[in-house]
Amino acid sequence: MFSEQLSKKFDKMVTNYPTKRSALVPMLLFAQDEVGYLSEEVIADLAKRVELTELEVKNVISYYSMLHTKPMGKYHVQVCTNISCMLRGGEELLDHCKSKLGIGHKQTQADGLFSLEEVECIGACSWAPAVQVNYDFHENLTPARMDKVLDTYAKKAKQ
Amino acid sequence: MADLVSHPDEIKVVSSRFGKGATNIDRYIELDGYKAVRKALDMTPDAIINEVKTSSLRGRGGAGFPTGMKWSFVPKESAKPKYVLVNGDESEPGTCKDRLILEHDPHAVIEGVMIAGLAVGAQKGYIYIRGEYRYLLTIMQKAIDDAYAKGFLGDNIFGSGKKFDCYWHTGAGAYEVGEESALMESLEGKRGIPRIRPPFPAVVGLWGGPTVINNVETLASVPHIMLMGGQKFADFGPPKNGGTRLFCLSGHVNKPGVYEMPLGYPMEKLIYEVGGGITNGKKLKAVVPGGSSTYLLTAEEAVKMNCDFDSFAKTGGFLGSGGVVVLDEDTCMVKFALRVMKFYQHESCGWCIPCREGTDWLKKTLTRFHSGGGVKKDIDNINYLAQNMLGRTFCPLGDAAAIPTISIVQKWRQEFEDHLEGRPCPYENKGIPEPAFA
Ligand SMILES: Cc1cc2nc3c(=O)[nH]c(=O)nc-3n(C[C@H](O)[C@H](O)[C@H](O)COP(=O)(O)O)c2cc1C
Ligand code: SF4
Ligand code: FES
Repeated sequence: MFSEQLSKKFDKMVTNYPTKRSALVPMLLFAQDEVGYLSEEVIADLAKRVELTELEVKNVISYYSMLHTKPMGKYHVQVCTNISCMLRGGEELLDHCKSKLGIGHKQTQADGLFSLEEVECIGACSWAPAVQVNYDFHENLTPARMDKVLDTYAKKAKQ
Repeated sequence: MADLVSHPDEIKVVSSRFGKGATNIDRYIELDGYKAVRKALDMTPDAIINEVKTSSLRGRGGAGFPTGMKWSFVPKESAKPKYVLVNGDESEPGTCKDRLILEHDPHAVIEGVMIAGLAVGAQKGYIYIRGEYRYLLTIMQKAIDDAYAKGFLGDNIFGSGKKFDCYWHTGAGAYEVGEESALMESLEGKRGIPRIRPPFPAVVGLWGGPTVINNVETLASVPHIMLMGGQKFADFGPPKNGGTRLFCLSGHVNKPGVYEMPLGYPMEKLIYEVGGGITNGKKLKAVVPGGSSTYLLTAEEAVKMNCDFDSFAKTGGFLGSGGVVVLDEDTCMVKFALRVMKFYQHESCGWCIPCREGTDWLKKTLTRFHSGGGVKKDIDNINYLAQNMLGRTFCPLGDAAAIPTISIVQKWRQEFEDHLEGRPCPYENKGIPEPAFA
């Protein structure tokens, strides 16, 4: 299911706490990073590792906004529109991304390259407006700079 | 990653190692790193707590609770293991300071955790970092590994015969897990539903053991306090409001950024001198003083305020998390209230009715209002509904949603009237300032 490296990491992680399930949230996130999303198989595997039922794991997944049970784009574009970003053009940036990518909030392009999400504060308020593409921060953006950012990722995908 | 800024009025304590390569453990040691914990190892727990009490350090997570006092609540004897838990969930809109600490000075956080552990008799510490901050998790993982490799962490810390283990942990996107009891639930691998209090975490916390929970900045201040002495730290600020804190300036200011100012610093100077004034030469309309959960200030109120906990408490307000968001004269306060409420409605964990239903109703009413469909009695209803959430929810998120709403509807009532009877928003499409670090 997982790479040997990740599997080893999980084996260590469950020993970091007095209860195995305590490692669940980070494990879900790391699993998602490697597999792309939390499929039924991933959930079943992790449930065994932390000695929970699959239902219990799903119950946890549905609470956290970064965890997805459906495939996302290769590049997940997360635009912050919370207060500091809103004051600096975050909403306009989101609209720009929507039209540029041709998708809406929580949608994925047909070829799976980009997906888009409007997100809450990502801790970049002093460098607003800000976007995260997967885990990378892009800050002090304008629509023109956003285009460059998106182009860079599109090119990277072709390499 | 994020740009660093500077101003002559700053007193750099917590930020003293920013930009100096202190993620490298040897460099950190050169910059007086791991001296404070060695000093603490030679002190009694009571002496450590007293030093922190003398510093009058108060929680930098938002509530401003005296740190030394919090530590003293942990029972000396406990059948269950005790823990230190670092709150690095940093999700309060307007707040981006813990990120800089974790990015530039991760060992200071580890050192703070160890000192807290020595003070309360805990042998394990967990550093919880929000899921979005993945690059910081990598930095922290390396910092912890390096500290183990040097024998600073582990079974015989600094050859003292004492034990201390430190672990990293990550969230996966949820504002509510910043609330301390929800944070513990999340760390235990559950949904972030808060716990009933009492018992308080200091008595019954993680896995049932006594637990000290502190913000990243709070704990990063502790090694400096141990080294310079509590009194020196206290003297930076007014009485009972010791030290400096990181203020995250954002919104309509010319020089946004994270600045370390002494507590008690005048808000007017913070905005006009440190922040370089309002963008595009516009006038100030409002200030969010400490993250979106605080009462907003009008321009007249803001320029009279000093940035310390007690000055805010005197006016019935909160200094909050250090997130200072500046709004210019062209900002629509109805729209602002709506955006804030959308956030709380999204983040409400749904456990208790006043918050789950209240935030939803308020979001709907404000949406209708901003699009011109509001009726006059809605203005009072917004106020009434928000007032009735205050103090009636299971955790403080309900208050956090009500507080900004109440202040906006009371202080800018006219703007709500201006939206009545299908009138379009009078502020729509006013200019957006250029990015600051172009
Ligand atoms: C909804 C909510 C969200 C919170 N988010 C955070 C947070 O992201 N970081 C933080 O340090 N404290 C946060 N707090 C405050 C914590 O509950 C707690 O008071 C704090 O971590 C204690 O540390 P301190 O005394 O060092 O400030 C939040 C509180 C509430 C009610
Ligand atoms: S106030 Fe109630 S519904 Fe809102 S976050 Fe807290 S417990 Fe959940
Ligand atoms: S409001 Fe957008 S990053 Fe904080």
